[in-house]
Amino acid sequence: MVIEQAKMQSLASRMVEHEVKGRSPWADARKRFVRNKAAMAGLVILILVALFALFGAHFAAWSNEELDYNVMGQVRELGMPSIASGHYFGTDDLGRDVYARTVQGTGISLMVGIVGAAIAVIVGTLYGATAGYVGGRTDQIMMRTVDILMSIPYMFVLILLLVIFGRSIGMLFLGIGLISWLDMSRIVRGQTLTLKNREYIEAARATGVPSWKIVLRHIVPNLLGVVAVYATLLVPLMILTESFISFLGLGVQEPLTSWGALISEGAGTMNYGTLWQLAFPLFFFCITLFGFFFVGDGLRDALDPKDR
Amino acid sequence: MFGYILRRLAVAIPTLLLLIIFSFLLMHAAPGGPFTGERSLPPQVLANLEAKYGLDDPLLVQLWNYLKSVVLHFDFGPSFVYPDLTVNKLIADGFPITMTYGFLAFALAAVVGIALGSAAAIRHNTWLDYLAVGTAIGAQVLPNFVMAPILVLIFTLWFKWLPGGGWSFSDPSFWVMPVVALGTSYMASVARITRSSMLEVLSSNHIRTARAKGMPESRVILRHALKPALLPVISYLGPVFVSMITGSVVIDIYFSTGGIGRAFVDSALNRDYAVMMGVTILVGALTILFNLIVDILYAWIDPKIRY
Amino acid sequence: MTKFLATTALALALAMPVHAAQVAEGDTLADNQELNFWILDAIKSMDPHKNTDKSGSYVLSQVFEGLMNEDAKGAMVPGAAESYEVSEDGLTYTFKLRDAKWSNGDPVTANDFVYGWQRAVNPATASEYAWFMELMNIVNATAVVKGEMAPDQLGVKALDDKTFEVKLSAPTPYFIKTLSHTTTFPVNQKVVEEFGDNWTQPGNLVGNGAYKLDSHDLGVNLVVSKNDQYWDAANTIITKVDFITVNDQNVALTRYLAGELDWYNRLPAGQYPRLKQEYPDQASTSPQACSYAYIFNLSDKGPEALKDIRVREALALAVDRDIIVDKILQGGQTPAYYWTHWAIEGFEAPEIAMASMTQPERLEKAKALLAEAGYGPDNPLKLTIQYNTSDDHKKLAVAVQQFWKGLGVDATLNNVEWKVHTDRLQNQDFEVARYAWCGDYNEASTFLDWFRTDGYNSGKWSNAEFDKLLADAKTSDNPAELYKQAEQILAAELPYVPVYHYANAQIVNSDLRGVPYENVMDNWYAKDMYRVAQ
Repeated sequence: MVIEQAKMQSLASRMVEHEVKGRSPWADARKRFVRNKAAMAGLVILILVALFALFGAHFAAWSNEELDYNVMGQVRELGMPSIASGHYFGTDDLGRDVYARTVQGTGISLMVGIVGAAIAVIVGTLYGATAGYVGGRTDQIMMRTVDILMSIPYMFVLILLLVIFGRSIGMLFLGIGLISWLDMSRIVRGQTLTLKNREYIEAARATGVPSWKIVLRHIVPNLLGVVAVYATLLVPLMILTESFISFLGLGVQEPLTSWGALISEGAGTMNYGTLWQLAFPLFFFCITLFGFFFVGDGLRDALDPKDR
Repeated sequence: MFGYILRRLAVAIPTLLLLIIFSFLLMHAAPGGPFTGERSLPPQVLANLEAKYGLDDPLLVQLWNYLKSVVLHFDFGPSFVYPDLTVNKLIADGFPITMTYGFLAFALAAVVGIALGSAAAIRHNTWLDYLAVGTAIGAQVLPNFVMAPILVLIFTLWFKWLPGGGWSFSDPSFWVMPVVALGTSYMASVARITRSSMLEVLSSNHIRTARAKGMPESRVILRHALKPALLPVISYLGPVFVSMITGSVVIDIYFSTGGIGRAFVDSALNRDYAVMMGVTILVGALTILFNLIVDILYAWIDPKIRY
Repeated sequence: MTKFLATTALALALAMPVHAAQVAEGDTLADNQELNFWILDAIKSMDPHKNTDKSGSYVLSQVFEGLMNEDAKGAMVPGAAESYEVSEDGLTYTFKLRDAKWSNGDPVTANDFVYGWQRAVNPATASEYAWFMELMNIVNATAVVKGEMAPDQLGVKALDDKTFEVKLSAPTPYFIKTLSHTTTFPVNQKVVEEFGDNWTQPGNLVGNGAYKLDSHDLGVNLVVSKNDQYWDAANTIITKVDFITVNDQNVALTRYLAGELDWYNRLPAGQYPRLKQEYPDQASTSPQACSYAYIFNLSDKGPEALKDIRVREALALAVDRDIIVDKILQGGQTPAYYWTHWAIEGFEAPEIAMASMTQPERLEKAKALLAEAGYGPDNPLKLTIQYNTSDDHKKLAVAVQQFWKGLGVDATLNNVEWKVHTDRLQNQDFEVARYAWCGDYNEASTFLDWFRTDGYNSGKWSNAEFDKLLADAKTSDNPAELYKQAEQILAAELPYVPVYHYANAQIVNSDLRGVPYENVMDNWYAKDMYRVAQ
């Protein structure tokens, strides 16, 4: 799973084009987005999943850490999903409620995805905008650095980081956030270069507005479309990365859990007659990823229609 | 173009150097060492081991010695955890395996993905299109650590068609499951990208013109539509190969293929400094190489881009 | 007395039948005598002096042969040695070697053992198990390992080609039991010197065991086949052993069920009961000499609360071992209330008060103790449980956290990888840590020594009386009694929470005979096995 850079480039140039025409791209885009059935379906799914993560715990009969001693040891016979026992999604091998664990995992996975994507987008935008705006030597050095960082096998570095600094959720956020800002910074820099010679920016500069203010006030807002699409498409990538890290045992730690942790646990036992341990978390994982892909693609198509 | 390639290669060297230094320091900052084990070693035994592998030198001296032996002799040193092996031998044994199933998975992703995606675009809004899109979406989000055990269950336990793991260069039946488990999700992505970009190209003016001239449809697609439609696919495929090497960890764990993915994770967890460094350098070099190849291919397909 | 013991030992050794595959009456041998054995990880080294793990020992025990082997019950039987004598003071052992050959046809001589043992302690070899020779109390072993003496000063000597003499610095009751360990295996000097670091590669490697190394693909498999030069090759039936690496234990089970493995000896937790039901003639469980515990950090770096014996006792009481054993692990493990594994030879289990209580009684007492120590709802005890990454350790830690929560203890889980775990254990950077110890030889001291003041003892518990009991046990006529007393001290002081004694839940192809189900040391020799036609 990688974001298509070509399409992002096209979107970015489109957003700048609008700037020239002096017309907001957002009004048209909203109409197009609402007409896109897949995107709207995706949005509905995401809202439902978010509600599940936020309020699902209220409907749980069990907490996410209680061990059900009656079920433990006979999970295959007694731990299956059942309304009567209060284990709507069944239990895991320790007799913990899979429903409550899925609610918890959903929250954490969404958080990892969103925070990771936010870090990537913020760092990428500021870095790219700075490089493009300042230009000259600084730009050269900053972009060479990006080139260099691009050839670092980031998953390897992430594994090292988690090994060295321990497995905290903070490290995980930072680690997966910091590996995805590079492409973002390139696109942003390109757009900044185009924008910075616009008259109104030169005017602002002439009146003595400080550079950082120009970047934040005039350049970044023009990049919002790209940022929004990029962030939406990054979230599922972050969630996938987290699941891989959890599979290696380096991800979110007990008593917390995530989709990745639940799925890799469930995948291990799928032949032992306890398929619900895999099925429920995997279901939420898949529909959420769909949701993000649909919404991200829909947003991009809405902002950058091909029939222009 | 040639100058561009040279310039890119020139950047590669300091990049690799930085990568080496960075990972070296990071690795040594990790708690525990290659000989930390369940039974704390008596100090004298530990001292002997560290002396043997030069770990008793100051860190910078170790780094310098390491760089010297890598650059001058292409010698990546002995493995600490596999005392019978040098890192060179370990990589020489494991890398061809990873490359074999990696390339096949890559080929599967590219060839089948493009074919499926084009077919879906050409037969837009038919059952074929829906089938292709449906499969692609499903396969794209199924993690390979779920796919791998499912494959083993189906093809090894139930049908008994394929060996459940292991590796042989002479027997392709060992390759099937690793390739499928590794390649499927990328194949799905390629199919999706190809489909959307093919749809876009097919509705563009120059294709309409070609059709209007009465050119046969197959010729229109092969001669005029395919090349521009592949542009986004190519830029997508560059990073894919490297991300497949990362994904090979899962393959090595489930199928005991003996590739370098597993060796890397093991070495990081075992503090096998030398192996970890060796694999990181190798993968770093490959990343640089593949980025370059993608750029060259891109320039070849899209002459508008000038370097 | 010593003399009497010595002569009986000698008489026993001489009277012992040669141990080999003995086909039982009525068994017909199968045509296929190949064995596929599961191993978890890649074999790290084929050098017996550099091996550090169990998988390596399995392989090396087929390819090399030490002075002694183990039989199906774990008792010592002659291997490369035909017989031995012990001096009256218990300090000199003299081994008579049998006529045997290396796989390249060279005769196996006492010099090969001298070379091998010197090599194990030689600082140049940098063996991680050099300490094993120190444990065996061989004269000068410590000084040689330290580099203070030349390796040829080690207390071993070849009296002639077939007579090997070992001098010990102290009487060591378990000495004979250490002789099946890979560190004591001989190596062929000529081969080691000719090929240097490459001597363990297939094609170069020469061994004196019943099998020879055919191929080794790291992380894939390792194949050994029958060695025709082996002295008992005529009675060796299994022709080939394929050690197959499968990292994932669930996939390993799938591959066993698909017929790709004949013997899989570490069933995933919780799977044994189901398999026993479905495959009653294949699934089995047998004790293994390891004990699982949570260690308290009692050093200065440890939390103040744990220095209170009442707190430690409360925590130990609250762990419901029956749930852990019967509901989580389900593989024949037994609840532990003392440290030494119950199946260790000659060990007599002590009477522990805690063991005879019911869990509600324990819980009640634990709550009272904790309240007495000043911890309650207003002042909850906070602890961190550290464990290393593994599904099973995780399950147990989660359960223990919940057990302690029932006491009002607020325990945080801290999962770290193995290297960090051991590093912190050795530096006392933990509060409560999961730990397991596996015996090096089949005698109680291998367990109890761990808690000696100068033992590994990560929690830095120290008790002079305990130390003295163990020191006395080395020369005592009745060590079992002293071990029992030592266990009582541990049970009273509780520097740890004993959790369970290991068992190997395994699944073995029903046509395989000679599997040593009763050997707690978990060692086996393919030469003692065979497959029957069904």
